Amino acid sequence: MSDNSAGLHENPEHLQPETIDRHRAIVSIMEELEAIDWYDQRVDATNDPELKAILAHNRDEEKEHAAMTLEWLRRHDAKLDEHLRTYLFTDKDVLEIEEQAEGGPKQGPAGDGSLGIGSLKNVKG
Amino acid sequence: MNDLLREHAPISAQAWEQIDAEAKRTLEVLLAARRLVDFKGPLGWQAAAIPTGRSEVLAAPPQEGVTARIRHVQPLVEIRIPFELSRAELEAIGRGAADPDLTPVRNAARLAAIAEDRAIFQGYAAARIEGIFAASRSYGLTIPDQYERYPDVVAEATHRLRSEGVGGPYGIALGPRCYTGLTRSTDRGYPIIDHVRQLIDGPIVWAPAADGAIVMSLRGGDFELTVGQDFSIGYLDHTSTSVLLYIQESFTFRVLAPEAAVPLVYATAAQAT
Repeated sequence: MSDNSAGLHENPEHLQPETIDRHRAIVSIMEELEAIDWYDQRVDATNDPELKAILAHNRDEEKEHAAMTLEWLRRHDAKLDEHLRTYLFTDKDVLEIEEQAEGGPKQGPAGDGSLGIGSLKNVKG
Repeated sequence: MNDLLREHAPISAQAWEQIDAEAKRTLEVLLAARRLVDFKGPLGWQAAAIPTGRSEVLAAPPQEGVTARIRHVQPLVEIRIPFELSRAELEAIGRGAADPDLTPVRNAARLAAIAEDRAIFQGYAAARIEGIFAASRSYGLTIPDQYERYPDVVAEATHRLRSEGVGGPYGIALGPRCYTGLTRSTDRGYPIIDHVRQLIDGPIVWAPAADGAIVMSLRGGDFELTVGQDFSIGYLDHTSTSVLLYIQESFTFRVLAPEAAVPLVYATAAQAT
């Protein structure tokens, strides 16, 4: 593996090709997010209006790159997909969403009352 | 605490567990349509209606030069079945009774299952639900007098589905009369129901709320049961000797592709329509 994708913690021979691809994507997202942070600070710091505009433009392009790579990662990581679907583009309190996702608010001995039947398609009997 | 007010009931956690389990067991045996149609939800107790995508122009606009359209929605219907349990029986659960009398729970669950299935199969006009029998009436076939001829009709039904471009797997819901007739009849010693089983690649479902039978596709996207609050048990009231509870559900049902079902109806019912 070349230097620009360095950072593996295990011998590559022991890793699945999919794991190495996800590593590439994760490192790439980290770089994009770091660049956004750096650009943000430079935009604040410079007094030259033209440079400020260029840096802000470049920073926002990094956001696009980060989003594209994150989408690739979501498509290749079922658990990440599940969590993103739970939390992203919601407007409720995030901790409240977590509480609901993990079985609803703490119930008393009576439970929430639903019998949890749902679909019976593909159920034998 | 939610709107079911279960925490107000003088019922131990152990007894609630038994009540819920008994209701669930009964519902899972009796609910037939859920084995065949798509299930959407649960959307929650607050869900009131689902969009149909349809709208109509209002004759009277709010202002000259403006056209107004009103959206059509299909409302969810709430069904509730109250039942009463003896507090002595509930206390017996706490003492370790393995045979508490939960007959009222089973009876209520049975009613609930029949109510949902009847709306899906036979329709429920007051709740704006057109059942599968009515929606797919024009594709229907008549049930033969002799059960030995039943496999021919099922074969014809699957042929009709294929001719309409409706793929499988195909399942069949059998009303009580059909189910009993088919399980008891044989052709040269071979059970007729096994003949039927070989003609379809989906489930044979005992459907106590269906009058007749329905051969239908399970490919998905044709029949949609939308549930707001799935079957739940709530608390109403209690005395020193009994507790009043209820089973509740909110739902609606739509036939999205009438050609995906072939109702099999008795000759008398066919003549009446």
